[in-house]
Amino acid sequence: MTYLTSIKARHRTADPFFRWLAIASGCGTLVIVSAIIAVMVAGGWKAFTVFGPRFLIANVWNPVTQQFGAAAPLFGTLASSVFAMIVAVPLAFGTTFWLTMIAPPRLFSVVSMAVQLLAAIPSIIFGMWGVLVVVPFVAHVAQPFAQWLFGSTPILSALVTGPRFGTGLLTTAFVLAIMITPSMTAVLCDVFTAIPPVLRESGYGIGATRWEVVRYIMLPYSREGFIGSIVLGMGRAMGETMAVTFVIGDNNHISWSLFAPTNSIASLIALEFPESPTGSLKLASLLALGAILMAISFFTLWCSRWLLTRGSLARC
Amino acid sequence: MPSPPSLIRADHPLFVTKRRRFIDRIATVASWGATLFVLFFLGSLLWTLLYNGLPGFTLHLFTHSMKAPDQNGGLANAIIGSILQVGFALLLATPAGLLTGIYLAEYGAQSPLARVVRFVSDMLLSAPSILIGLFVYLIMVAPLEHFSGFAGSVSLALLAMPIIVRTTENMLRLVPHSVREAGIALGIPKWRVTLFICLRAAQSGIITGILLALARIAGETAPLLFTSLGNSKLSFNMERPMASVPLAIYEYAGSAYQDWMQEAWSGALLITVAVLAINIVVRISTYKGRT
Repeated sequence: MTYLTSIKARHRTADPFFRWLAIASGCGTLVIVSAIIAVMVAGGWKAFTVFGPRFLIANVWNPVTQQFGAAAPLFGTLASSVFAMIVAVPLAFGTTFWLTMIAPPRLFSVVSMAVQLLAAIPSIIFGMWGVLVVVPFVAHVAQPFAQWLFGSTPILSALVTGPRFGTGLLTTAFVLAIMITPSMTAVLCDVFTAIPPVLRESGYGIGATRWEVVRYIMLPYSREGFIGSIVLGMGRAMGETMAVTFVIGDNNHISWSLFAPTNSIASLIALEFPESPTGSLKLASLLALGAILMAISFFTLWCSRWLLTRGSLARC
Repeated sequence: MPSPPSLIRADHPLFVTKRRRFIDRIATVASWGATLFVLFFLGSLLWTLLYNGLPGFTLHLFTHSMKAPDQNGGLANAIIGSILQVGFALLLATPAGLLTGIYLAEYGAQSPLARVVRFVSDMLLSAPSILIGLFVYLIMVAPLEHFSGFAGSVSLALLAMPIIVRTTENMLRLVPHSVREAGIALGIPKWRVTLFICLRAAQSGIITGILLALARIAGETAPLLFTSLGNSKLSFNMERPMASVPLAIYEYAGSAYQDWMQEAWSGALLITVAVLAINIVVRISTYKGRT
């Protein structure tokens, strides 16, 4: 009896202790993320107060005159990831279509394994590959060809002008696209295989072709999941640092040319943060940019989660 | 018998006409094209890596520290620094991630707090890694006024934790409820049921998650830029700036020296091989576990 009561007494303390430990560590995550947001906003506050809302649209980054604006890196971030998505979405969709509908079983396991493994390659490797392979290709083949093709067309010529550095917006977008395609394909494959096979089979049953099954059954059925995985990939492209830093060209100006060197928020922080003394306006501007990037990435996450869960809830 | 319904008419939209077959053919060819395109460029990446990395991938790389250009250095100090920082990061992230995962699966479930914690953990998972580095710089490096291996570890731990949280929660959810009920019916307190029954049942999945987190942080460069800074000498002191393979790659790849470039590529090959090896081990073990 005394043994039992002593056990009971011990559990009376151990059980709530463990419970509170678990709750505390859950709240710890909450505290960390709140602290990240708070520290970014507090550090960047000086830039917001000095420059006002103009900070967001000012196309200037001049440490000499202490004039800083977010327009160029913000444009670089958004433009490079949008262009990357334009390349990556058809590629990821095509690969998913191939994997789920066309691939022979033996090839399927090899290719899907390869795709999942390649999604794990560190991003710095993509940056180095970009410098060695993509940059020379853009400088010696892609840009000269584009200039030859569009050089004399009134509006399009502005998009291809500029010296042939090889680094720039389009190069970055392409490297990003190749980087995010494997992980997007993996998510899309999960979305597609989660569709009940009965639907696909009934599509074939009424005589639909493979393309029609995908276009009129799979895509409408998994619309939210499809968009959600795209948004997820876009979030990853916008926050990418290492792959971008190598190939974007580090130039804080907005240019019409797709081949012009530019900068993204993440690469600007990586390149200029070491040269920003504590308490300087430059550091505050970089932190303000960090806060903006944080806001963008959380917004995209929120969108993708909303779409992905709405997609799965609607089916239950 | 009346004649069969008019479905089987050549002009019915569901009848496989030439046009529909043609569109299907185009889609098929395009999807083959997309797959080959992706595989071609990823193959090009791996080929570039092997072609440039293999010549310097010798024992020398593992036995010598980083040196000035033309001094025939290696990456030994960076490899040791990486192992120390990643190991310490996992030591920090695993208990915190496990406890948070347990909270979400066993205690919080669908309560408002648990929903918020789940969302916030996903936020951490998708936060740009450079911002994590910036954050750790502001709370650890700037107040203490020196870069340190510890700061690098903390930023890596912040990246690893949400991965562990997510896999722990998902794996615990797969443990059937009857197992928990059986434990409770035997008079085992809940914390013991959780730790010694549920967690053990979910063991392999959780280890997979920890390994995937390891693979993810082993190749991270951006969060280390402003936290552990890098160090060209061999150092075991985690309170001082510390070298790591990704930082060495970043530093050397931007240089103009032939042998530094060679070491950068060999380091890149090393880290890719390590990350892929972890992933392959994980996939083989989970594949075996399923069958």
